[in-house]
Amino acid sequence: MEENKTLYTITIFSENTVGVLNQITTIFTRRQLNIETLSVSPSAIKGIHKFTITTFSDDENVMKKLVSLIDKRVDILKAYYNTNEDLVHQELALYKLSTEKVLAHGSIEYLVRKYNVRILEVSTDCVVFLKAGHYEETQGLFEELAESIGVLQFVRSGRIAITKSKVERLSDMLAKRERENQEKWGNA
Amino acid sequence: MMNKNNQTPETISSPEKREQETEIISGSEILIRSLIAEGADTLFGYPGGAIMPVFDALYDHKHEIKHILVRHEQGAVHAAQGYARVSQKVGVALVTSGPGATNTITGITDAMMDSTPMVVISGQVASSLLGSDAFQEADVIGVTQPITKWVYQIRRVEDIAWAVSKAFYIASSGRPGPVVLDIAKDAQVNKCAYSYQKTIFLRSYLPEPEIEDDQIRMAADLINNAKKPLALVGHGVVLGNAEEELRAFLEKADIPFGSTILGLSAMPTDHPLNFGMLGMHGNVAPNMMTNQCDVLIAIGMRFDDRVTGDLNTYAKQAKVIHFDIDPAEINKNVKTTVKVSGNAKKTLPMVIALLKEQSHAAWLSEFKPYEQKEFDCIIKNELYPENGGEIKMGEVVHKVTEATHNKAVCVTDVGQHQMMSTRYFKFTESRSMVTSGGLGTMGFGLPAGIGAKYGAPERTVCIFVGDGGLQMTMQELGTIMEYDIDVKIILLNNNYLGMVRQWQELFFDERYSETHLKNPDFIKVADAYNIKGRKVTQRSELDEAIAEMLAHKGAYLLEVVVETKGMVYPMIPSGGSVTNILLGNGNKL
Ligand SMILES: Cc1ncc(C[n+]2csc(CCOP(=O)(O)OP(=O)(O)O)c2C)c(N)n1
Ligand SMILES: [Mg+2]
Repeated sequence: MEENKTLYTITIFSENTVGVLNQITTIFTRRQLNIETLSVSPSAIKGIHKFTITTFSDDENVMKKLVSLIDKRVDILKAYYNTNEDLVHQELALYKLSTEKVLAHGSIEYLVRKYNVRILEVSTDCVVFLKAGHYEETQGLFEELAESIGVLQFVRSGRIAITKSKVERLSDMLAKRERENQEKWGNA
Repeated sequence: MMNKNNQTPETISSPEKREQETEIISGSEILIRSLIAEGADTLFGYPGGAIMPVFDALYDHKHEIKHILVRHEQGAVHAAQGYARVSQKVGVALVTSGPGATNTITGITDAMMDSTPMVVISGQVASSLLGSDAFQEADVIGVTQPITKWVYQIRRVEDIAWAVSKAFYIASSGRPGPVVLDIAKDAQVNKCAYSYQKTIFLRSYLPEPEIEDDQIRMAADLINNAKKPLALVGHGVVLGNAEEELRAFLEKADIPFGSTILGLSAMPTDHPLNFGMLGMHGNVAPNMMTNQCDVLIAIGMRFDDRVTGDLNTYAKQAKVIHFDIDPAEINKNVKTTVKVSGNAKKTLPMVIALLKEQSHAAWLSEFKPYEQKEFDCIIKNELYPENGGEIKMGEVVHKVTEATHNKAVCVTDVGQHQMMSTRYFKFTESRSMVTSGGLGTMGFGLPAGIGAKYGAPERTVCIFVGDGGLQMTMQELGTIMEYDIDVKIILLNNNYLGMVRQWQELFFDERYSETHLKNPDFIKVADAYNIKGRKVTQRSELDEAIAEMLAHKGAYLLEVVVETKGMVYPMIPSGGSVTNILLGNGNKL
């Protein structure tokens, strides 16, 4: 975590075409911004992809410029940024532990209850836990498990986030654009 | 993430939909017909393996669409730029894969920086070979994505027509820019049904931001209450065809203005409110007044660092109104008090309607001493040297513009001669200044001049070029020869990479590292291309030589041997304050 900097979450909706991620990352690179986490998937609207990217910055103006540069790309439908207060956000983490060591430590049930994790896999060799939460939570668990039991493998997803505000920005915007286009050109 | 549909879902057809044709034709044929459907009449290009099917199809359409075979792909792109800049149309370049495509990179970047509408079509290896390091395969999409408004790789014949339609729409709408279409060879060869629909809407792309009424009102209020307004006129005015609206705006509120290098011909040079060029080698008055005005009105300009100098001391006293079509430009460099988003052609009349008629005679008179000072210290000696000596660049430009009655298109290369041309060429018509502004690309002038002649065939095209820059794209003399292109090339030969030498003189203790040139006999070179040429070394010959050049039917190279160590003044040293203006020769403001 970087001192005196705010973690911004940038949400981007794009057409589902080749090379959009490249277009986005070059804008981060040119502005010398480091991508902290990244998550991409099809959005609720068919044919539209959603990117959720986090980055640290000490200047909100930089975020404004970043978002307007991204928004400007032809294949991008909408880009905006938020801080944590505006968002409900989660990351997923997977932890692979040695079954032998877990059992030596206590029961699996004990761990599940204590850390509020789900079990995805148990074999004679390993146990795989899943935990969803904020960075601090998934990281906290990692540190604790690494200390107490030892972690064989650890992976964390990029952040996914949903805004708390009641405005549905993208669908509103799309509807408006389609409507205006209809008004302008009629039923083509 | 692949595009699986034949037609992009967001493309919809225009109301004047063309007759549906159901003919099954090759991709190359589709490409040519699509270009014709977009009104392209001139292509600048160079063939090669991966684009041969297109050139083959072109063979059947010679009477509908001209192709100009340049001598280097960089020339094709600069020519397309020159064409677009004078004509309001989209410039088109057509090149092969690999080296053909990579040779276009400089021109594409240049077009991006200067918001020039252009479509570059490059051949690509067959889609089955993509990614295999096939012969003449280059990752054109990857390379050009950051320097274009849009790029698309066409891998299937079905995607050609809509991609061309989308390319032209994107290149020419909103803030214009270059688009690259990279077409796999199999897509050129395969066949499908052809029907063409113009793109008029993309849901992901808003070419012009919404105009907000309260912004208009706030802008008008600020201007109505301004005592010392100053306008900065940029390329956006020209690109938006808003010259008339601009004039009405400036005249109604009596607002003096300066222009960026690309905005120069938007208003006539001799307009009483026109105080000349902004920026590093611009005129003293508009630069000085930037830091004295109370309201600074930027119209279609982007506060480039060559205009502003040090942002920390730039127009701090002023309220800033920024008219721009590109929301990303607002607050990018200079903090804006009121933004007026939208196309100036629409926003200016809305503001004008709310403006009071004004007279700022007292404020205007404050410009005069600076104009006088600049004339006395710099212009007088540059244009009307009294004490003999070597010919000066400024006087050549001045004589040429006068001889053309200030009606010619002025095309320049990059360097001292460029600054002298932008300072001293005069304009009576818009779209008359073709120069590489944002990128500063040496080698731009000659091919851009070729394109300008095709874009404005009725006009006289004067290309000012340096001895260094001419040699960067000199092979285009071959194109001029082959097509008999009537361009007037004025070579201002100082035997130096003059602009770099000037910086060495000022900032590097006169250590002239690698800026002196041993030059060829340019007149012989022209002669080899069957281009009439004349070398002038004496001031006494100059008028007559210029008259001869302009009277000559066809291309002409006028080489003028100018002072070797001339300096372009005024000069704001890079990164300095906009009022920290060097006048040279010990003169001080
Ligand atoms: C492609 C390219 N390379 C290098 C430069 C840097 N540069 C700017 S002006 C200049 C000198 C140009 O010399 P010349 O063409 O003789 O024009 P002059 O300044 O002498 O009028 C150079 C090298 C550039 N702008 N473009
Ligand atoms: Mg030179």
